[in-house]
Amino acid sequence: MSECRLKKINRRSFLASPYALWIVGFTILPLIIIFKYALTDGAGAFTWDNLLSIFSDVHIKAFWFSIEIAAGCTIICILLAYPMVLAMKNLGLGRKGLSMFVIILPMWMNFILRILAWQMILSNNGILNFLLGKLGMGPVAIANTPAAIMVGVVYDYLPYMILPIFNAIMDIDEDLIEAARDLGAGGFTVFRRVIFPLSVPGLLSGIVMVFVPSMTSFVVSDILGGGKLQLIGNVIEQEFTVGYNWNVGSGLSVTLMIFVLISMMFTVKQKSEGKESVIW
Amino acid sequence: MSDVILQLDSISKKFDGKDILKDFNLELHRNEFVTLLGPSGCGKSTTLRIIGGFVKPDSGRVLFDGTDITNLPPEKRNVNTVFQKYSLFPHMTVAENIAFGLKLKKKSSKYIADKIDYALKLVNMEGYGGRNPESLSGGQQQRVAIARAIVNEPEILLLDEPLGALDLKLRHDMQRELIKIKKEVGITFLYVTHDQEEALMMSDRILVMNKGIIQQEGSSKSIYDEPQNAFVADFIGESNIIDGIMVKDLLVKIQGVDIPCVDTGFGTNTPVDVVIRPEDLEVVSKEEGFLKGTVTSVIFKGAYYEIKVLSDGYEWMIQSVNPAPVGEVVGLTVLPDNIQIMHKPASDDEEVVRDE
Repeated sequence: MSECRLKKINRRSFLASPYALWIVGFTILPLIIIFKYALTDGAGAFTWDNLLSIFSDVHIKAFWFSIEIAAGCTIICILLAYPMVLAMKNLGLGRKGLSMFVIILPMWMNFILRILAWQMILSNNGILNFLLGKLGMGPVAIANTPAAIMVGVVYDYLPYMILPIFNAIMDIDEDLIEAARDLGAGGFTVFRRVIFPLSVPGLLSGIVMVFVPSMTSFVVSDILGGGKLQLIGNVIEQEFTVGYNWNVGSGLSVTLMIFVLISMMFTVKQKSEGKESVIW
Repeated sequence: MSDVILQLDSISKKFDGKDILKDFNLELHRNEFVTLLGPSGCGKSTTLRIIGGFVKPDSGRVLFDGTDITNLPPEKRNVNTVFQKYSLFPHMTVAENIAFGLKLKKKSSKYIADKIDYALKLVNMEGYGGRNPESLSGGQQQRVAIARAIVNEPEILLLDEPLGALDLKLRHDMQRELIKIKKEVGITFLYVTHDQEEALMMSDRILVMNKGIIQQEGSSKSIYDEPQNAFVADFIGESNIIDGIMVKDLLVKIQGVDIPCVDTGFGTNTPVDVVIRPEDLEVVSKEEGFLKGTVTSVIFKGAYYEIKVLSDGYEWMIQSVNPAPVGEVVGLTVLPDNIQIMHKPASDDEEVVRDE
């Protein structure tokens, strides 16, 4: 019977061909081109220089700054997500509740629009300083600082941390929590010994979904960083669009990709040791 | 009564405006095996959860050793629960599961290791300490859950249909084992089940519950032999329950026939419910029986035949070691001792009867 079903699946596999075409045309082919540019110089001769250009002063500075932003954003998202999810759980707000809607709502709006809104809020004459002024507090200069970029990436990626953690925690059988309390565990111990360990698959999904895009983002730093603070994504963008040095741009892209893949391997390895989890 | 360990004092609980428990009273004694028996929704699980601390009663008090613990959270109570779905922590090994409560009590690692060994031995699971709970069968998981609760040396162990998810054979084995464990650790067991056979086999005392009220309370034997109302008779084992009229003391009229019985004190010509167990009816020739009827079916059940006899519109169920010819008219007799007479309930709420 299962063989029969397999055959059926094979017969229908042609239905995946539009997607396969898409993947080949817009992912695999560009990757091959990027690799080709990354490993050659302007004249077309083989070289490692483009990959190694990450170690030049400007590039390594932007790279470290990207790591700081990505790691900071990930940590802040984790610290915000857990209390949020636990509060939702304790208030009995299920998967279909208003709170979930509120979390997902920003994701339906255009990404650039959201960042532009933050620019309005954080700028020196913006809404934040206006409100602070009303409260008799001095204006703060957040615009065009790392703090502004951090606010932007956290705002953007927080839902991607909340959703997998929320799903993991909502899947925990209420009986397990009762069993822990029955055996003498108070509220915090229940979290530390039962809820948190069982939410780790969701947490790891969240880390992947927040760390990688915040590491490689460049629009947020463009708009909220005033163009002066460069993430590695900004450097790559400029090599392509301003400097027209596709070889160095490709080289940096490949280096970044390798870094991201290596850091994700640790996460995936962790994950396969525990229960496998679907991202969401 | 110093050996009363737990007392429920007129507990009431409503869910969604529906009475789950009404003015419920219960006393548990030290080292007693008490079973709450009843159909689902009768309030037995709620009673357990109130004692465990997971549900707060709307009114009434929970007294533990004379102290009011009604508002004490579950983690502060000296009772432990064995859940129906085992509820082992999937991210811990069997040994870590068992150690969970002891670690929270900051016991020494030597003490914990000894306790784990003792508990695994007690539930016949030696050598399984390093295993993952998910790699165990249902019966094994439930053994671990029992071990995990018992190592904490609770004064009362609450068991919420712990064998409900196991197959019949395993359930029988586990019943015997639970009795053994109970004898070994010598603590009070409060057991919740809807399985009357399980209750009859294991308990020192059974409370039959329905609609949030205790219908009858007593030993296995008294509950089985002398059900005090139609609900209990119907719920405990299979019964023939039929309308009758108590003509006078020691004489009851069923289907128009006067039959001698041993009950007194019902007055004269009082309508009553009559209960006769299927194994107490005997198929005889039609001349010898009190009642006459036609055999409608005979089913072989292994240890006995289940015979149905239609008499005057009522189908009697009989369990007998001998078969009877289907379609033939036979007689039925019963010893006076085996006829159980019960008052008809005047209303739902009057279904409450207590066994003294």
